[in-house]
Order: sequence, then C-alpha cells, then structure tokens
Amino acid sequence: MTAATLPSTDRRPAFGGFSLTYLSLEIRRVLRNRRSLFFILVMPAVFFLLFGLPQKGQNIDQANSAAAIAYIMISLAVYGAMTASTATGGAVAVERAQGWSRQLRLTPLRPPAYVATKVLSALSLSLLSVIVEFVVGGIGGVRMPAHVWLLAGLGAWLGSLVFAALGLFVGYLAPAENVMQFMGPILALLALFGGLFVPLEVLPHVMQTIAKFTPVYGVGSIARSPLTHDFSWVAVLNVVGWTAVFGLGAALLFRRDTARV
Amino acid sequence: MRGLTKRFGAVTAVDQLDLRIEQGEVVAFLGPNGAGKTTTIDMMLGLARPTAGSVEVYGHTPTDAIARGRIAAVMQTGGLLKDVTVAETVRMTASFFSRTRPVAEVLERAGITDIADRRVAKCSGGQQQRLRFALALLPDPDLMVLDEPTTGMDVEGRRDFWNAIRADAQAGRTVLFATHYLEEADAYADRIVLIRKGQVVADGTASEVKALAAGRQVRATLPGADEVRLAALPGVDRAEVRGDTVLLHTNDSDAIARYLLTQTPARDLEITSRNLEDAFLALTSGEDLDLEGTTQR
Repeated sequence: MTAATLPSTDRRPAFGGFSLTYLSLEIRRVLRNRRSLFFILVMPAVFFLLFGLPQKGQNIDQANSAAAIAYIMISLAVYGAMTASTATGGAVAVERAQGWSRQLRLTPLRPPAYVATKVLSALSLSLLSVIVEFVVGGIGGVRMPAHVWLLAGLGAWLGSLVFAALGLFVGYLAPAENVMQFMGPILALLALFGGLFVPLEVLPHVMQTIAKFTPVYGVGSIARSPLTHDFSWVAVLNVVGWTAVFGLGAALLFRRDTARV
Repeated sequence: MRGLTKRFGAVTAVDQLDLRIEQGEVVAFLGPNGAGKTTTIDMMLGLARPTAGSVEVYGHTPTDAIARGRIAAVMQTGGLLKDVTVAETVRMTASFFSRTRPVAEVLERAGITDIADRRVAKCSGGQQQRLRFALALLPDPDLMVLDEPTTGMDVEGRRDFWNAIRADAQAGRTVLFATHYLEEADAYADRIVLIRKGQVVADGTASEVKALAAGRQVRATLPGADEVRLAALPGVDRAEVRGDTVLLHTNDSDAIARYLLTQTPARDLEITSRNLEDAFLALTSGEDLDLEGTTQR
C-alpha cells in the first residue's frame, strides 16, 4: 500500500484550522439568537433599572460608604458575563446533538482549535455584556474613579472564564438541545449564593458560610473589591479552585469525546 | 495513485476487509443495512479507530488526508447547524482549510446558489444533502466519499443530487459511495463492491456483478435424477437435486428446458429468472451462492 504522494506543499492549515472567520460567525450566531441576546444583554440591564436605580444615593451599609448602585451594577455585570460564557460553552452540547462536531471532524479544524474558538467567543460575548451593563450603569448615574471601572470590569470579564469552563464541562457531559433551559435556573441560584442579587450579609449565617464555597462567590467578590476595598485571598482561592474543577472536568470529557468519535 | 487497505478485528462489524481503490473510479459500496458500510467509511475518514488493520489514504492517515484536503465526505444525516444560512455554513467550513475552491463555485456546482441565504433549518432534506456535498467540494478532494447520500430524499431530490455527483465524477474525481439501493449502484458506479457481514462478497464492474445475477433457474420434477450428469450439461452452472425435484442454474434456459422435456421424463417444468434484486439478496443474505464466476480482487 504505498501511495505516491504528490510533492505538493503541506496543505494542513496552521493553528489546527483556527480562523477568525469562524470566530466572528460564532459570535454573530449568538447575537442573532433573540433568546440568548435577552439573557446576556437585556436582562442584566433591566435588573439594574429595576433594582439598582431605586438605590440611588444610598451607601451599601453603615460600614461601607461605597455607592449601593455601583455595587449592584458590578454584580449584574458579573451575572451577565457568567451567563454569556456558560451559554457559549454550553452550546457545545447543542452542536454535539446536531452532529456538527462530527461534521467538523471532516474538516482540518482540530478539536483544540474548536474549544479555543468557543472560549474566545465566550470571552468576546462576556466582554460585550460587561460593557453594556457599565454603559447602562453610567447613564443611570453610577460614578466611580476610572481605575475602579477598569478593575471591576476586568474582574467581571476575566472571571467569566470560570463559567466558560463550566459551560464546556456541561456541553461535553451530554449532547442536548436544551442545555441552557436547565442551566439558566442553576446559574440564577449560583448567582444568588454568589451575592449578585442581594448582598450576602442579608442571608442567614449558615447560607453565608455555604456561599463562600460556591463558584460565583469568588468572581463576584473580586470584581467588587476595587469598589468595596475588601479584597480577600479566599475569593481568589475560590476562583482558582472552581476553574480547576470545571476546566479539568471539561478536559477529561473532551478527551473522552474525541477518542470515541 | 492511491492505496487503501483496511482490516478490523474479528467479531465486529467489519471483518478483515481489504480494499484498494484506484484513481478515477466511481465505486459503489453496496450492501444491506448493518453490513458494515458506515463503519468502514467511518474508519476510512478517521471518525472511528480500527481495532486491527489500517487505512491509508494517499499515503496519509485519514485525519491527515482530511487536513490536507485530499479526501472529503458527505455523511448520511445531521451535522449541520440549523441557525446559520447555507452560504454561511460554506464560508465557515472554508475558513478551516488552507486552500479551497471559491464559495460561489461550490454553491453553483452543488446547485444551491438560489438558496444561499436560506437558514439550514428551512432547507429540505435534499437541499441539506446538496449543502453537505458543497462542503465536501470545498477542498477539491481527490477522493469523495458519500455515505448513503440519498437516504430520506424524494425522487426529485435524489435525481438532482445524483446529477450533481455525476457531473462532478465526469471531471475525473474518485468517488466512493455506500448505498443499499441496487439501482443507484447500477446506474452510477463503474465498480460495485458487494459487502455482507463486514466482508467483501463480490467485487467487479456493474456488468460483471449483473452477469452473476443474469442466469435463470430451471426447476422440474425428475425422479432418480443424476446430479453429476445434470451439472455437466452445457450451460448449467450448478445443479441441485432435492428428492424428486431438480434445480438447475443456467444461462441458457431454453436449451436446458428442451433437453429435459425431450430427453428425460421430466415434468412440471418451471423457469424463473433471477433478477439483480434476487442476486443481491442472495449474495447479501448469506445464502450459499456460487461466486466462482465473479472476479475476486
């Protein structure tokens, strides 16, 4: 079985077939979907108008003089970013269900390049979500020093990587068309425990303790720390831990998936 | 020039299958459902790993051959994103390759230029299949593999699809298609590889495989028949005696009938023709059928 190989140049594409065309189409696909658009961009903004604006002029509490409205805006930016990331990663489940992943195996696109596209697409959309929330907040009257805007924004944005990993983990768990229908409520619950909807301090003490171990807590508290000045290593540990859990889980399932097909 | 051999471990779907396909052939991979066609194709494309044996495509592993655009495939169903348009799907897929034919050209050749802006979800089964064909055309592959490409298509869709494939094959591309439709294999292939239980049971040109099926069966009641003597009659491929009944497989039924009626006390004579369908069924259902007449490659 020797076959004469053409002396042509190696036609295998660089970077495992990664392309900006694919990335931009991926982002456009999400933006074209009214439902995901609503959850990623509209809902966090509406929440701010409903729950943030009425708090205008108030401080978080006696101990902390930071503006409550800014606190709420950053929390909701984290919420928007995490929803965007999870949905993008979770789309893998839908694409596996539709057989697209199998179709991709008939192209030069290598599985790692596919995952990289998903992660970059998640980061682009979560960035958009944070920007939209901050613009709405700014118009709504949030005033913060420039470095707080920047650091809080970076925290909310980059923290969403934890949820890109979560989305991929769920996406490789089972091929399902309706993955976000059950992930939505779970995300909302996690956001509650992460103190994104109400400050954790108003929750019972037991719940506050549990909350520190849930995956949104770390990202939320890091993103708000430039404002509240209560940066803690516990939060960093939380983020690192959950990123490792979701990332490793996704990596293991990913390897199982690519070996099987 | 190309070489392709594959083997697959014992108790499985594909059993020690050897196959070599030459450049420029249009090969039909014919067999009933469950014969191992799709499994073989999956291994040919690197979608499944063989338990034993190997596949080589133009000197590369299947995955490498795909990355280099030497081999492309149209799979049975699924595999398309429903929320993007036809043209977007092609553009997206084109972006994975280092070099492709122009998007407009493959749309044209697959006959889907007029539905380029339609969402995939709104396309009929036939249109989706032609989209898969357009995707496979992108790298301008040397070998095009089609796995039961017309499953679930209506008559018109099937005809349009095959017209597109045929036009393409005439330009010299090697095509391998799996099918369980006899007529498709007959109408479009230069070579038919008949597969049963993961093994090649017949391999030859369409007319060779047809010749295998072209014979007739003469049946008569003839007490005390001599099987050996009947088998030696000119034109008899095979003789079988079951009690008082004799069954003669022949390509000259007239002569045999004349002989039986004039030279022997045979009665209740019956001549039946084995059509292509019968031969196909016989070959693929595992009936013991004399294969000596076919070319075994």
